[in-house]
Amino acid sequence: MSVFKDAGHLFRFAGLFVLAFLIFLVVRHYIVPKSFGQYGHYRGASIGEIAARPVKFAGHETCETCHSDEAAKKSSGKHAHVNCEACHGALASHADDPSIMPVLPDTAVLCARCHTASAAKPKGFPQVDPASHYPGTPCNTCHQPHSPGMDAGGAK
Amino acid sequence: MNGVEGYMYPNEITLYWSVLIVLYPYITGLVAGAFILASLERVFRVEAVKPTYRLALLTALAFLLVAPLPLVLHLGHPFRSPEMYFTPHSTSAMAMFGYVYLWYLMAVLVLEIWLDYRRDIVLLSQSSKGLLRFVYKVMTLGSSNISPRSLAIDDRVGWIVTLIGIPSAFLLHGYVGFIFGSVKANPWWSSPLMPVVFIFSAMVSGIAGVMLLYMAISKLRKQVIDMRCVDSIAMYLFYIFIIDFSLEMLDLVHRIYEANESFNSLNFMVHTQLYFSQIVLQIGLGTITPLALLFLTQVVKLPEIARKYMYVLSGSLALIGVLAMRWNVVIGGQLFSKSFLGYTTYKMSLVTREGLLVAIFLTLLPLVFLWVLIKLLPPWPEKSAHAAAD
Ligand code: HEC
Ligand code: HEC
Ligand code: HEC
Ligand code: HEC
Repeated sequence: MSVFKDAGHLFRFAGLFVLAFLIFLVVRHYIVPKSFGQYGHYRGASIGEIAARPVKFAGHETCETCHSDEAAKKSSGKHAHVNCEACHGALASHADDPSIMPVLPDTAVLCARCHTASAAKPKGFPQVDPASHYPGTPCNTCHQPHSPGMDAGGAK
Repeated sequence: MNGVEGYMYPNEITLYWSVLIVLYPYITGLVAGAFILASLERVFRVEAVKPTYRLALLTALAFLLVAPLPLVLHLGHPFRSPEMYFTPHSTSAMAMFGYVYLWYLMAVLVLEIWLDYRRDIVLLSQSSKGLLRFVYKVMTLGSSNISPRSLAIDDRVGWIVTLIGIPSAFLLHGYVGFIFGSVKANPWWSSPLMPVVFIFSAMVSGIAGVMLLYMAISKLRKQVIDMRCVDSIAMYLFYIFIIDFSLEMLDLVHRIYEANESFNSLNFMVHTQLYFSQIVLQIGLGTITPLALLFLTQVVKLPEIARKYMYVLSGSLALIGVLAMRWNVVIGGQLFSKSFLGYTTYKMSLVTREGLLVAIFLTLLPLVFLWVLIKLLPPWPEKSAHAAAD
């Protein structure tokens, strides 16, 4: 049995490992949230928490119930597939209570966000260089935001 | 845009992986290299390099302790890093690193050092006083058994640990290369050769590092440098260096010959932005020059003093060369656009969290750790014997 006696220090070292591992397990037990891994590699309870947050976007169907003029205009123009809130921002608060009036977007910023020329955009996508395409004049002087094509007759 | 030439995707303009990420593979490389040098003596029983055995182990430990710091400093939320251990994702190579690191630190390095030093620790715990005595007492884990039998067991177990340690060291550093090599969207990185090149350059830097440290520390301690030891280390350095160089050239030639769609872009980068760090520093000064110097020491019978200077010079150049290689991989891989249409520039900041000062501090920190370790666990068993003889 003297082999065990002479290797005793090794068992102590191994014991240290086991101890560290047990501490790890205990800490892990308390630190990792209970619902972790319920559905996947994330905290299951987070779904409920996120669902409980107030909704910020109303969706274009909601806007269209009250703003049928804009909807009609848009559906016939080049922006038919651009959603209301892509330009106007999240407006659920306004849709719930129309007395909260939204701020109208600044076209110099808004239009350039999507239409500034860039090599990364598909060739077919309409793009202009804001520095040379009538700089200084608001885009909606010539384009109607809801139906921007020149064939739509320019601004109202 | 500032510093941008041609077209960059918006998320490519500023570099996210800074100089700290350059430092990280450099430091782990030194760990792996130093450890492999130590294993030479242990597993292959190369008696000549014995004087550096313990020093190499302590060096590996000192650098390994610092290795995760650049990563932690790089994180936006450093306090979240332990979650890597608590909830690791099995498909993430980076998440697995935490375990590789811990395994290497505890099951290989600390265990091997402990086994090797156990006799000294027990003796020191009996001879020292005060707080130090307590520290040593804790390190003995309460066992003062240093019977020849137990030491023989230690030796046997230590040998096995070293044997396991070699693949572990390869794993630790190969993993770093793997992280880069597996980024398939980046043609500068994506190459199955990456882990292999990383391991061999790691061995070059680690062996050169320990050689320099050994010479410097001997000088500081006013001890004669064991030339037989340094000569054989230099010989290993030379051989490993040749393999490393051939692998890197193989990678280069393969890229040039394959000349895939990324080639023009990368080629342009190597001839402009990376010219200094890649062609001049990494290949010219950091590889070919030290190789030529080491070659000379191998074929010509030079006087001792000349050999010493050449070793110091080639060792330092090799260290610079490997650092340049890490720089070229990490920074180079982010300088060109994945559209192959443009280039950006890396501006290193000075005093920020990921700036130059922090990088310098992190490079020096392992040396401080090493100093403490050497004080605590003197690597020179011959000291007392010498003192007695003098
Ligand atoms: C419940 C009906 C209702 C809904 C739903 C609704 N709005 Fe309105 N909205 C109004 C009313 C009423 C006005 C004020 C009309 C006016 O003053 O001409 C208005 C005004 C606006 C204005 C003009 C502000 C101005 O300064 O002239 C914008 C822009 C607007 N709404 C956008 C939206 C968008 C986008 C949505 C969908 C997220 C939306 N609205 C949903 C009723 C609604
Ligand atoms: C391409 C961006 C864009 C889209 C998509 C868009 N709008 Fe507008 N909208 C604007 C801009 C810009 C103005 C401000 C025009 C101005 O200042 O004259 C505006 C103005 C309005 C106004 C104020 C009345 C007016 O005509 O000036 C209403 C109401 C409105 N939008 C509702 C909508 C609704 C509802 C939708 C979705 C069916 C929608 N918008 C989609 C950009 C857009
Ligand atoms: C959210 C992105 C987005 C914003 C913001 C936006 N657009 Fe557009 N725009 C589009 C898309 C998508 C099309 C349709 C492209 C197509 O048909 O392939 C389009 C089409 C157009 C066209 C039609 C070009 C043609 O082929 O005739 C014009 C003009 C235009 N936009 C002007 C504007 C103006 C002016 C604004 C600012 C009021 C604006 N756009 C804001 C996305 C946007
Ligand atoms: C002075 C009037 C005027 C102003 C202001 C103006 N545009 Fe235009 N825009 C035009 C005309 C006219 C065309 C069609 C002929 C052309 O392609 O130049 C056009 C075309 C476009 C097109 C389509 C280009 C294509 O390749 O199909 C886009 C997109 C566009 N404009 C965006 C903008 C944006 C964004 C702004 C604001 C920064 C703006 N425009 C301001 C007159 C104007």
